[in-house]
Amino acid sequence: MTSTACFIIVSRNDIPIYEAEVGSAAKRAEDAQLHQFILHAALDIVQDLAWTTSAMFLKAIDRFNDLVVSVYVTAGHILLHIELTFI
Amino acid sequence: MIGAGKIKQYSNILEKPLSKGKQEVSLSAFAFLFSELVQYNQTQVDNISELERRLEDAGYAVGARVLELLCHRDKGNRRETRLLGILSFVHSTVWKVLFGKVADSLEKGTEHEDEYMISEKDLLVNKFISVPKDMGTFNCGAFVAGIVRGVLDGAEFPAVVTAHFVPMEGLQRARTTILIKFAEEVLRREARLG
Repeated sequence: MTSTACFIIVSRNDIPIYEAEVGSAAKRAEDAQLHQFILHAALDIVQDLAWTTSAMFLKAIDRFNDLVVSVYVTAGHILLHIELTFI
Repeated sequence: MIGAGKIKQYSNILEKPLSKGKQEVSLSAFAFLFSELVQYNQTQVDNISELERRLEDAGYAVGARVLELLCHRDKGNRRETRLLGILSFVHSTVWKVLFGKVADSLEKGTEHEDEYMISEKDLLVNKFISVPKDMGTFNCGAFVAGIVRGVLDGAEFPAVVTAHFVPMEGLQRARTTILIKFAEEVLRREARLG
């Protein structure tokens, strides 16, 4: 069962605009920072990948242990960044 | 009852399709608003280039929003990643939505690799404006140049965009040309993408 752990909206210049911990995954304090770190580390990958395809939803661009990172890129390169845990 | 249709009720507001919105605005209302915009900015600045810069900045905000909106409305959620793609997007889709028709022509500059020109016989914003002789080469098409720059910047194709008058024989008013000069990194990225 997949559940969303962390959702971040990042502007064009890599500035986070909105951040939320969502889903039914157990919320622990140390996990929150780990999620943010993983999503920020995936930003470079997104920037390269965004130019290879004209699709907007990029699925599973990066993995960390059992955490999967996906991203939705809008026309103005605003990123909706999601992290999922498989339970 | 005769002819009573049933409006589909959506249980969830997120499932309602996005409305197309009002397609047209009265030309005189827009011309009035634009003339007030130019006049207001004229009182705030001392020189021509500053006035052009202000009009461009006003257009930049429009361009950034128009890019996102049109991508969802008219292009079915597909981004533009190539130079020619984004140029034809500006030339056709953006022009059609803003001015009701596609731009007259899209040309590639002959002298430099990074220059492109969009030409228009009678630009909407210049329709009701006459520029006095002492203002030199000032062009209110700077507003439209700002819109184009906003669209290109948002899509990560940084460029310097300016508007120029090009006099043509046979036409009473000069043709307006929007000159687009792309930054170095755009050309390098295009070459890399092949």
